Amino acid sequence: MEKALKKYSPIFVLPTLLAFIIGFIIPFAEGLYLSFCQFTTVKNAKWVGLSNYKRVFTDQSFIDSLGFTVSFAVAAIILINVIAFGLALLLTRKLKGTNIFRTVFFMPNLIGGIVLGYIWQILINCVLSIVGQPLLALNKEAGYWGLIILTCWQQIGYMMIIYIAGLQNVPDDLIEAAQIDGASAWKTLWKVKLPMVMPSITICVFLTLTNSFKLFDQNLALTAGDPNHMTEMLALNIYQTFYARAGAQWKGLGQAKAVIFCILVIVIALAQLKATRSKEVQQ
Amino acid sequence: MKKRRNTIDMVWTVILSVASILYMYPIIMILFNSLKKETSITTAGAFTLPTSESFAGLENYVNAIQSKGFLQSLGYSLLITISSVAAILLFCSMCSWFITRVRGKFSSGLYMLFAFSMVVPFQMVMFTLSQTADMLKLNTPWNIWIIYLGFGAGLAVFMFAGFMKSIPLEVEEASMIDGCNPIQTYFLIVMPMLKPTMVSVGILEAMWVWNDYLLPTLVLDIKKYKTIPMLIQYFRGSYGRVEMGPMMACIMLTVIPIVIVYLLGQKHIIKGVAAGAVKG
Repeated sequence: MEKALKKYSPIFVLPTLLAFIIGFIIPFAEGLYLSFCQFTTVKNAKWVGLSNYKRVFTDQSFIDSLGFTVSFAVAAIILINVIAFGLALLLTRKLKGTNIFRTVFFMPNLIGGIVLGYIWQILINCVLSIVGQPLLALNKEAGYWGLIILTCWQQIGYMMIIYIAGLQNVPDDLIEAAQIDGASAWKTLWKVKLPMVMPSITICVFLTLTNSFKLFDQNLALTAGDPNHMTEMLALNIYQTFYARAGAQWKGLGQAKAVIFCILVIVIALAQLKATRSKEVQQ
Repeated sequence: MKKRRNTIDMVWTVILSVASILYMYPIIMILFNSLKKETSITTAGAFTLPTSESFAGLENYVNAIQSKGFLQSLGYSLLITISSVAAILLFCSMCSWFITRVRGKFSSGLYMLFAFSMVVPFQMVMFTLSQTADMLKLNTPWNIWIIYLGFGAGLAVFMFAGFMKSIPLEVEEASMIDGCNPIQTYFLIVMPMLKPTMVSVGILEAMWVWNDYLLPTLVLDIKKYKTIPMLIQYFRGSYGRVEMGPMMACIMLTVIPIVIVYLLGQKHIIKGVAAGAVKG
């Protein structure tokens, strides 16, 4: 069968492969190359070696946005996963109205980041003006917590669904056995349920981690980095470096930032996968 | 013991009910405000309900549809989403079948590349991608699906290949022995078995393409074509006073169809998300 299929490889592989080359491979390779160049379009690139990279590490706005992204990501990952897991525990207790709750909590996930950002901007600005605080455009603290609340609101439902699927896969006899052995509900949770849903935890932490680092739409819509780039995350910082300023020196810097950003996301994601995978038990 | 558990469950049901209402509140708030007159929409007054004086009826909605180009954007968004998802489902499933059935360096190398492309942040390729798209004239809503096919292939191939590994080879071999060529085998035998995975992949990719903002902004000519996320950002991003009424009407017009589709197909959507996560 392999032989017959191989003859047809152009029909099966080529459409996807061509689109993949146009949409990913060429832009990726070109991006890598351009990070060592000064350019305003792909055609007028001039090799400048490592100087773009040197400038990245002296660019205070990049360092600041890295710090902001990390502190955002830590809070968002913990809050989203703890709340989503708690909800999943509650929704697997066969409460009345479980289906309705699940439907409601998942819904914000379907709405796009830009729309979510503006919905929450209106809401948070209203709260801020009622309590007499500066609005989002002038309020860094509110911008930080606003982004976290918005991300929680969007992603808790998604992670909850994954945790529910994980919890439903825990065999009932395992829990019964623990109860017969006299384990309390708390102990059953820690010693039986948590180790059994470790694969779900791996996936959810991975998703929340990469989503948090890559967050762009929500950031652009809710705060756009205001006040004075103080709530700017890495993705937005790179975007602004590319498109907010004219001049030959910026695009190369932006591309170098993007390469570092890319490596950072890959390294962190791999490290996380390795760390949580090692805690998974064989079933 | 049983009684105690019942009381605890009651308490949780009440707490969750309250939480659900709070969870829906931001959307309900936008709905109320979109029904107010432009002059009555204030920053501090977003929580107040429309009164008989401030109630504007559907004026903002009419304005959004008639003069802000909402229907046009809806059309572009639908066109891009449908063409991209259809292309992804057809071509990526075919490609995945090849990758899983023809073993070798080419297949495994390609598979690794697809998986890699899922982790790479969009900012890494955004500038070069928009230039490539311009050069190849892939910058209209009619052919942007080629770019989405390339960019969405990672997730799709990953999920299709994950499922195909569990399909027994014998069925396909039998059909080949009966005289089907690979194309017939694929469309008559393999594709029908892929249906549940098709639904999952379709939902995940549609959610992404429909809501995507940055890619179409960089690739399409914003003066000519605006998808819905672009239109809403355009409201705020353009200089001058923001017309809050029509903007909120636009938000509602975007959210309502999503909610309807979700309520109709929620069983599939939730299953699709859970399946996607397990494979991913």
